[in-house]
Amino acid sequence: MSTKNKKSGAKGTKGDILLEMKDIVIDGYSDERWHEIVKGVDLTLRRGEVMGLIGESGAGKSTLGLAAMGFVKPGCRLTSGSIDFDGVDLMNAPESKKRQLWGSRIAYVAQSAAASFNPAHRLIEQTVESAVGHAVREESEAKVDARELYASLQLPDPDNIGDRYPHQVSGGQLQRVMTAMAMSPRPDLIIFDEPTTALDVTTQVEVLVAMREIVERFNTAAIYITHDLAVVAQMADFIKVLRYGEEVEEAETRKMLTEPKMPYTKSLWSVRALEKPEVKGDDIVISIKGVDAAYGGAVKVLHDVNIDVPRGSTVAVVGESGSGKSTTARVITGLLPPVKGEVLFNGEALPNALKDRNKDQLRRIQMIYQSADTAMNPRQTVAEIISRPLQFYHDMSSKQREARLVELMKMIELDETFLDRLPNELSGGQKQRICIARALAADPDVIICDEVTSALDQIVQEGILKLLLRLQKEFNITYLFITHDIAVVTAISDEIVVMFQGEVVEQGLKSEILSPPYPDYTQLLLSSVPEMDPDWLTQLTDARSA
Amino acid sequence: MSEEETYSAAGEVGQVKMRRTALQRMWIDLKNAPFSAWFGLTVVVAYLLVALFAPIVAPYGEAQVFPAPYAPWSAEHYFGTDQIGRDVYTRLIFGARNTIGIALMTTFLSFAIGGSLGLIAAINRSWLDQIFSRVVDVLMAIPGLIFALMLLSIFGSTVWTLVVIIAVLDSTRVFRLTRAVSLNVVVMDYVEAAHLRGEGLGWVMRREILPNILPPLVAEFGLRFCFVFLTIASLSFLGVGIQPPTADWGSMVRENASLIQFAQYDMTAAITPLLPAAAIALLTVGVNFIVDWFLHKTSGLRDEH
Repeated sequence: MSTKNKKSGAKGTKGDILLEMKDIVIDGYSDERWHEIVKGVDLTLRRGEVMGLIGESGAGKSTLGLAAMGFVKPGCRLTSGSIDFDGVDLMNAPESKKRQLWGSRIAYVAQSAAASFNPAHRLIEQTVESAVGHAVREESEAKVDARELYASLQLPDPDNIGDRYPHQVSGGQLQRVMTAMAMSPRPDLIIFDEPTTALDVTTQVEVLVAMREIVERFNTAAIYITHDLAVVAQMADFIKVLRYGEEVEEAETRKMLTEPKMPYTKSLWSVRALEKPEVKGDDIVISIKGVDAAYGGAVKVLHDVNIDVPRGSTVAVVGESGSGKSTTARVITGLLPPVKGEVLFNGEALPNALKDRNKDQLRRIQMIYQSADTAMNPRQTVAEIISRPLQFYHDMSSKQREARLVELMKMIELDETFLDRLPNELSGGQKQRICIARALAADPDVIICDEVTSALDQIVQEGILKLLLRLQKEFNITYLFITHDIAVVTAISDEIVVMFQGEVVEQGLKSEILSPPYPDYTQLLLSSVPEMDPDWLTQLTDARSA
Repeated sequence: MSEEETYSAAGEVGQVKMRRTALQRMWIDLKNAPFSAWFGLTVVVAYLLVALFAPIVAPYGEAQVFPAPYAPWSAEHYFGTDQIGRDVYTRLIFGARNTIGIALMTTFLSFAIGGSLGLIAAINRSWLDQIFSRVVDVLMAIPGLIFALMLLSIFGSTVWTLVVIIAVLDSTRVFRLTRAVSLNVVVMDYVEAAHLRGEGLGWVMRREILPNILPPLVAEFGLRFCFVFLTIASLSFLGVGIQPPTADWGSMVRENASLIQFAQYDMTAAITPLLPAAAIALLTVGVNFIVDWFLHKTSGLRDEH
């Protein structure tokens, strides 16, 4: 087995079974007792194959991925099953044996590269650490190899980038350095745990291309964990769908995409089919006129931004991170008074600063945040959270509030019993629904949604989007929808505003923006959104290099 | 403040339901509490009972003088009498009342001052924060005990000046802690959401931030409470603390300290001055057991195995 030529990187014969996991059961400890997280899943991986593991959060995909290394997180335990990695029984191997394998023959790429690097060491030191530590090769040799890896991962200035510290490179670059780190000892197996989830679409494409190439070149087997189907379609040879810790379906990627068997898998696929027929509105409710904004007076983040938002429709603001989307929202809400220009509400200028606006003006513009976790006070019950706007804006008596609370809960399709719960007793989707209810309680004209679905799984996302659409129809609410996800944009918007580096690139109806001819940036943004076609990435790279 | 009143009357039907669950939760917590927490609770409750019912529990009056000073332990005087013939046992009981009462008042006052200023500084983050923080720096630069001694000799040593001076000096530490932990909370989206809603400073402080910084504050409360004790005891020992004939544990140690040298002739005589010291120690341990338990419960440590 270990007669492999490390220089060329070709390992074993393609098609040999590398990893075999049988009937894996993993328990997790919560609420003072043990629960089964993974309930008897089998997994077989051959050399050179990439397996996609998908499922919602809580499906047990990360736990299973880690178990492939013979590792469980604190608070979990491997209860039964067998793990055979190239002849080594990882289930019963002593820690010392496992430590030899980890970082040399099995590598792990974590979701948040920024949190996984030691900020006090240079990148190259960390890249070669495991290879040198496991005596795979000499330090000087490993460093030369690392630079080659940087080059093949298309990192800028591959000879010198390793001398930088983690905070001196971007998130996408850091994720690629981490892939180089995993590759450095030429492992047989790499486990990618949502490696591109934290990146925006344009960066994601670069990282995906780099990772796919390097995995192919060294004939490495990989497990790719994600909840994004379109991404996994580009990476994996075959896909395993997990739900509630059980396997739903496993098939080759193409087969899985074209003819999924199980209803659950089909429902995963259908999320992206959601599409709202666009409506052209002409009664402008919010109008941003020539706004310049800056943080701390010095750094200008918005330049001459003009956006019109018609009543009762959804305007999606798209752009990569740093394009000024959220800053625009802060200007509208008054959190960041603009340096120049003004915001008109129903034709009247809103006072620039939050403290100069009256209660009614505040009530009419509500906000829903990306992270529902931090948007709700963890020490207040759902009832307290939702009833505060009722009391604050509408001066309702306790009886009126009680009745209205029940109504609101019905609107967001949650049971009344949720009213007594604290936020940490809710799931991600439920939390976001409560935030929506809080915004609705104010009875607003406009709701600003700042990436409200980007932290959620596809199915939960779909539920939230449908809810928002229904509420819009019923109450004629206007949404300003900030997002970087084009699938969400097609699902919900009437009009689209494309932003780039603090400027509006274009604004128009969805059908206009999403059809050619595009300005350069819109083209780049749209083409970077992964599609459910396994050949999409190949075609894209061909097209871009041409 | 009519706004406040309507809030407290909020959803009466719902409130009853919630309150019961809160009580149940408390009972479950108590049942699962470790032995140390039960020990701490028992000690504190016992002290409080003794302090409350001191005149009933004590056999004699607080300042009642008997003919024999330094009397040995007997059935008449359980722990003997002190240097001018007052019953030590009685004074221990009254000491609980004075010492705990004053310590509690001082700690509450210092938390009211330090806590509210710390919160304002954290929310405001402008020149106000700078002024508060620098004043606190200056106050903290002067050794506490010496500063307290100086202020007490200026303003006179009454119970009230004692309480206010120790509270103000202690509030500097509370201010720093409150400000530091609040800074992590004020950046949360729910605080921004409250600002966007148009909430005033009071609401943001009390409803949004305070509940979320409570665990470290309560822990600090337990510690500060004990330190106030020790400060009062040492001030009393130096003679500027609680003035005679009011019984307090610190001065009782000082007044009878000389008895220790008789250990070789009469063990019980030597123990007498140590009794009030032991009373302080036991309460300190008890309070800290409770605080530890509370911290453990709220920090989520129990989920790690």
